[in-house]
Parts: sequence; C-alpha cells; structure tokens
Amino acid sequence: MTKQHTISFTINGHKLQKTIPASMLLLDFIRDELNLKGTKPGCGEGECGACTVLVDGQPVNSCLFLAVNIDGKDVTTVEGLFQQEMLDPVQNALVEYGGIQCGFCTPGMVMTIKAFHNECLSRNIIPDKEQIKKALEGNLCRCTGYTKIVKAVEALFIR
Amino acid sequence: MLEQLKVIGHPTPKLDGKIRACGKAVYGHDIVLPNMLYGAILRSKYPAAEIVSIDTSKAKQLPGVVCVITASDVDVNNISYKRDHPILKKGEVNCIRDEIAAVAAVSNEIAHKALNLIKVDYKVKPGIFDPFEALKDQAPQINKFFAGKSKKNITHEFHYEHGNLQEQKDRSACIVSRRYIMPRVTHCCLGTCAITADYSRIDTRLTLYSVTQVPFLYQRDMAHALKMEPSHIRIIQPVIGGGFGSKLDMYPYEPICALLSMKTGQPVQIVFDREEEFLASPTRQPMVMDVTTGADKNGRFTFREVKIIKDNGAYTSWGATTPFVMMQTFSSLYQVPACLFDSYAVYTNNVYAGSFRGYGNPQATFALERNIDALADEMGMDRAEIRLLNANYQGETTGQGLVYRSCGHKQALETVIEKSGYSKKYSVIQQGRYRRGIGLSSMLHVGGGAKIYRSDGCGTTVKFDAYGYLTIITGSTEIGQGSETVLAMIAAEELGIDINKIRVINSDTDVKPWDVGVHASRTSFVAGNSLLGAINELKKKISPQAAQMLNTDVEDLDYLNGQISSRKSGASVKIDKVIREIHFNAPNELCLANYYYEPGSEFQDKNYMGNVSGAYAFAAQAVEVEVDTYTGNVKVLDVYVAQDVGKVLNPLGLSGQIEGGVVMGMGYALTEELIIENGLILNPNFHNYKLPTAGDIPNIHFFPIETIDSAGPYGAKGVGEAPLIPTPAAIANAVNNAIGVEMNSLPITPEKVLKALKNKIND
Repeated sequence: MTKQHTISFTINGHKLQKTIPASMLLLDFIRDELNLKGTKPGCGEGECGACTVLVDGQPVNSCLFLAVNIDGKDVTTVEGLFQQEMLDPVQNALVEYGGIQCGFCTPGMVMTIKAFHNECLSRNIIPDKEQIKKALEGNLCRCTGYTKIVKAVEALFIR
Repeated sequence: MLEQLKVIGHPTPKLDGKIRACGKAVYGHDIVLPNMLYGAILRSKYPAAEIVSIDTSKAKQLPGVVCVITASDVDVNNISYKRDHPILKKGEVNCIRDEIAAVAAVSNEIAHKALNLIKVDYKVKPGIFDPFEALKDQAPQINKFFAGKSKKNITHEFHYEHGNLQEQKDRSACIVSRRYIMPRVTHCCLGTCAITADYSRIDTRLTLYSVTQVPFLYQRDMAHALKMEPSHIRIIQPVIGGGFGSKLDMYPYEPICALLSMKTGQPVQIVFDREEEFLASPTRQPMVMDVTTGADKNGRFTFREVKIIKDNGAYTSWGATTPFVMMQTFSSLYQVPACLFDSYAVYTNNVYAGSFRGYGNPQATFALERNIDALADEMGMDRAEIRLLNANYQGETTGQGLVYRSCGHKQALETVIEKSGYSKKYSVIQQGRYRRGIGLSSMLHVGGGAKIYRSDGCGTTVKFDAYGYLTIITGSTEIGQGSETVLAMIAAEELGIDINKIRVINSDTDVKPWDVGVHASRTSFVAGNSLLGAINELKKKISPQAAQMLNTDVEDLDYLNGQISSRKSGASVKIDKVIREIHFNAPNELCLANYYYEPGSEFQDKNYMGNVSGAYAFAAQAVEVEVDTYTGNVKVLDVYVAQDVGKVLNPLGLSGQIEGGVVMGMGYALTEELIIENGLILNPNFHNYKLPTAGDIPNIHFFPIETIDSAGPYGAKGVGEAPLIPTPAAIANAVNNAIGVEMNSLPITPEKVLKALKNKIND
C-alpha cells in the first residue's frame, strides 16, 4: 500500500485539505481528485506544456510534479483565472487575436503567459518579440503556428 | 454588392474561443460517465510474428478488472476500406501496433497493470520493412486478407495518363529525372485519441463519444465492424483536440472500446497516452517518387512521368488513396500536355499510414516543385520565369478534366515574387558561414470539396426561436478550424442579426443532418453553401409575413440590425416580432427550414478523368532561409504566402489557417520524422520527434487573392490544407539557392546539409 499524505493547500482561492498517495502526480490530482478538467494531459513527460499550472505563481508542468509538493502552497489552474464573470486579460487576448484553434494547448498556454506577464510586470520589463517566443518555447501548439499567440502576448504589454 | 457586407470579411474571433480559453471546453479526455470503466489495449511486442498462445487468466483475476477480451471472444468484421484489418489479431501479428487483447477495469492504473499480466507466446518471423523488398517475387504475402491484382503485396495501385507522352518527349529540349524520398511524419494532435463507449443492453443502443472527423461514415463503419444496425449507433463529438486528417478513418481502438462496453454493460473510456499516440495513430504516407519532366526550347512544359512506391504498412487506411490527390498535382498544376502517373501502395510490416492534411499533395508538390527548379537550372532559365510561363489560367480545362472557373495561380506567383523581392535576392552570391537563399513553390488543391463518396453534400437545419435567436444545426464538424464561427458569420450577414444570437449545433448524429465529414478543405464551401440554402428557405417563410406587416412586397425588404425594413417606406419591424407572428398566429408555422447542398462537381471515371471539385484553390509561397554551413542548421526567416481563397470570409480565422499550415509544413521540411527501424518506432515522444516551437517561427507575410468563384459562398474556396502544401518545396528550393546543392529527401536535417556540403566540395 502506497503511503498516504495529508496536504493543505489553496486551489483557485479555495483552501482545501486532502489525503493522497505519495506517488500521485499533480496533473492527476487536479483532474481526477479535484475534477478540474481544464488542465490538459498532453504528453506526460514535460515536453508539451499543456498541463501547466501555477504553484505559488510559478509555472510548473503538473505531469512532472508530485501532488504532495503543493502542501502549504497556492495553486492556480486555468479555471482560477476567470473571476467575477470576466476573462483574464491573457485569456481575452488569446481569443481576440485568434491565438486559439482546437484549444487543447490553450489552458497551458494561458498559464505560461500569465506567469510570464506577471514576471515582466513585477520587473517592469516590456519584452521584445524574441523574449516572448523564448517564454513560449515550452508550450507546443500544432494548430496556430504560434504567430497569433505571440501577437496576443505583445498586445498584453501595449494596453 | 460585396462592398456592402457587414460581417463577412471582417475579423471575427472564434465564438467558441472563450470556453476554450477558460478550460471549460469538454474534450474526449474530460468525459466522465456514471459507473465508467477504463480500457487499455495490449499491442504486439514484435512487428512480425505468429501468436502461439494468449493466456489472460492472471489478468482476469486481478481485482478491479471487469473484462478481458481477445479475438476469440468477439464476433466482428474486419475494418478499413479494403476490409483487410482485423480489430483484434488472431494467429499472427504484422506490425507493432497490432491489438492482441483489451482490458476494462475500474481504474486506468489497474487496466494497465492487467495488460502486464497477459502472457502471449510469439514465434518471431523476419519482417519486411522495405516496400521494394515486399515487391520481390520471393517475398511472402504480408496481409493475408487482401492480395492485390498485379502483385500480392500491393494494396492499391493507380494508373493515370493524358496526352501523347512519346510525342511530347520527342519535342522536349530538356528532360530531367530525379528521385524524391519522403519521410514518415505524424499529426501530433495535442489532444491524443480518446473515445468513450456507452452501450445500453436495455435498448441495444450504442452511444460513442468520439473525436471522429467523419461522424456519418464512422457510424456506418462502426456498424459494419460490430454487425449492428447503423441507426442504433449514436455518435457524439466532444470538442476535438486537433484533427488534421488523423480522424478520417476508424481505427481498432474504437470498436474495441465499444466491445468492452457491450461485454460489460458499462461505459468504457480509452484515452491514449503520448507514446501510444505516436505508436498507434496514423502517419503521413512515406514514399519514394521517381519524377521525370520535360520542357521545350522555350521553357514550356511538355510532359511528366511519375512512378511512386508508397510504404503502406501492414493494413490499409486512407493513406493508400492519396494518389487521387497526388495525380491532380502532376496532371494539372501548371499547363502540361502529357502526363503518365503510376503509384503503388505496398504492404510492409511497418505501421500503417492514414490521411494527413494535404492528402498526398505536400509530397507531390515537393517532387514537382523541386523538379521544376532542376529543369529551370538545367535549361539556364530563371526559376520564377519558367513558373509564370507555364502557370494555370482562368477558363482552363486541364488534361485530367479539372475546370478552372476561377484561377489565381499566376497572380499568386506574381505576388510572392514581387513582395519577397525574389529576383534580387535570388541572384545574390552567398559566401561565408551563414548563407541566405530564397525559394519558390506553388500548389493546386481542391477548393470546393471532392466528389469521392456517393454524395459530397452537407445538410443544414436553421431554426429561429420566438426571441429572434437562431440555431444552426449543421452536418459539418468543428475541429478547431473555425467553421462554427464562419457559419455564424454567414447567418449574421444574411439575416441581419447579432452574431451572439446565433448558436451552432454540430456534434450529434441523432440531431444533425448528413454530411460527408471535415476533410478536403470543404467545410466553409460546402457547409457554407448549405447554410445559405437553408437561410434562403427560411426567408421564404419570414419575408411574406414581414412584407404584410410593413405593407410592402418581399423584394423590398432588408434584413439589418435585428430588424426587417422596407427600403421604400423606411418602416421597419423587429425580426423577433415577425417570428412570433408566424409562430403564434394562424396558420401557426415554425420558423424552421432545411436544405441539402450538393456541390456541382462530377465523379471521375475509371481513368480518373473528371471535374472532381466544385472549385480549385491555388497558392504560391516564397521562402527565405539562412543556412549555417558550420552546423548544417537551416533557419526559416520569412515566408511570403499568396493564396487564392476566392473570397476572404473571416480574415482572423483565415490567417490562422495560413500560419498554422506554414509552420506545420516547416516541421515536415526540417525537423519531423517518425524514425522506424525494423518495424519499431524509435522516437515516440516530443523529446525526439521535433515539432516546431514558438522560437522557430518565421515572419509570415500573407496576401490573400480574391478571385470570387461563382460557386462558393460569397465567392470563397477551401483554405485549410493549402498553406502547408507548398512550404517544404519552397524551403528545399531556398536551401538549394543558398548552398547550391539539391535536397531531395525530407527532413532537411543538419546532418544531410553537412553531408551535401561535404560532397559538393569533394566533387
């Protein structure tokens, strides 16, 4: 029997306590235990970024992250960005600039961009196109060719 | 009239974008049904072997396992259009994908644990992994369910010809022959294959939550496989995480999932992980193409002679039929008086190929457009000039019988030549470590569906509710390409209502009318025309009522801003008020209409002659690259795209298709290859199968060309596949311009570039 751990954490602003096996991945915990299906399983090995969530504001591939490690931490998933009936500016930019086609990569893309946007704001940086592309390199998209996603991110800094 | 369009031609964000951005879209992976089990499939350990015995007893004993099936537990038909593919394999396995047994269990983990408890004894056989070996007389028959007419290991062959080949050869001033070798690449949909099957023993009905692109053909194929009544099968399509042609056929995991549900009486879900996706979802067709072409002394093309050997893999899927499209490129892209085309799809013990965006055309276009450069070079002609000289034209009927009612081929070429500064850049002599080059390519593709199946049509129902909101029930399918949005835009344009008052229902075979499926770049054209027809029928109900209310006649009405108004008097009435009058007053009618649209295309005859599509799309691309002669790395800098789209419907969706296609073509050209050795896949992961990332993307400059085809909705043609088709050839031509060596096999890896440079120095 796998050892069970009790963890306390915040998910999308709600405090929760759960007892889980030590081996459980954060991705499975979010999707199957918390039933938040917005976070997507894309490759299971940290290559595609579809499962990106924020842990204490930092983007992580939840498929490579053990759920027990969120103990005492603050987790945000794509569902957590939609607040007070409003899309987050990141979500809005992706919709408006056409950065979404099939949308399977979108939740991970949204979370990566959110973390990047926050980091740039806190350091008072307006990134150039190459820096934006670099920030998105860990998130694969097969539909859009990335061009409109890059444009959407650029737009976040113009507003 | 076109200038007055209020919605069409204006950038419109995807209507379904917000739910996708918020993680609320429900994909196949997200479905959970009460009492649902998890399915898993045991695949072959070897690409070629006899199955001596299968022992499932230990797996069955594992707590949590509900059901284990093998071929001997089921009564089913073979699948694939050649019926050469058993759903579960018995007696022998012929490729590494082969399904031997399947498990349903209370958790995914237990299902996979159970697979490890199934004991299979194999007697390993030497496999045949090279199609040229499979064609030899002494080769064994690989697929025992199907033997080709001319040779035992040919599953499908095509022969096409037009014109007098010998005569054209005799009058050629220059003839060039080349061999082109195309790799095995795969779709890499971000959403892997997923299905949930829910069989009800009470009413013997099967509901499938399936990511298919062709729900009605799939329903029929599933019924044949399971020996069921087609109408007892309901297909519900969840949001699809990418298609690109991969979901055009039904694969064994789908009827297997249905069988597990039928055996257990519980819903069962099968979701591939990424490794299984690489292993068991289809690929583009790898092939070897021998192409010989000629031109007369003025540079006019004279003939093309093409022989293609395709590695079909162990079973047949739609990959074997891609010559339908390939032969069009050889027979009809640029004017050519004679063409001889032969292709052979050959069984091997490799994984089988399916359909993939472009349907053989990226391969055909690569060979042809590389060959045109070789021909121009040989003749000392300008590579741009030879293309312009031979370009297709409006009003042309090609040797194959394709009728170009509208044609932007030459204009597309001229546009990219001018915008890219081709001629100037082409002649700059390159020296030093980094060398730049520029390449040209063009393409022809169906732009108004393709009459392959008995009907190439699409049905639509439109219905107004009493509040002026419209529901479009369309047979067509959304796979992310933006068809829902285009359809809503068309309805908003025609009925003058806000696009947010329109809903598109397109995901349930019990509800939606028939459609052949999302393929062949057909949805905006065929479903768009179908919707226009339905709206026309709907207006026949609404307009007389509105005319009566406004004391005028139906010809005098405008539908605008949620109102119907009289041009003469300026009086208007809200559209929902008119609808309520029709609904609630005698003779009490519904504001509902149906329409079935069939494109005006023809079936081709047995010689593949005929005007197979309702319209034809053309495009040209100019690509600028930089080659690092130290590392062999090729960087794509700028891509200039001019595409004859007929008419721009949604500029935002359109440029999204262009950019996505170009980058997909770039991956095919430079980095992607599913490496297979002795039937085994060596790189079934994103670490070693290199997709382009954001860091790799070039600047893409897009110039739509509007030729306003009279058959298309507002003049529009199909768009989706075209943008990736010319890209690999244009990249290879640019590399050739940069370093002076021909790259005739894909992908153009750094190793190949360095080797080519080394050989060039040694020459």
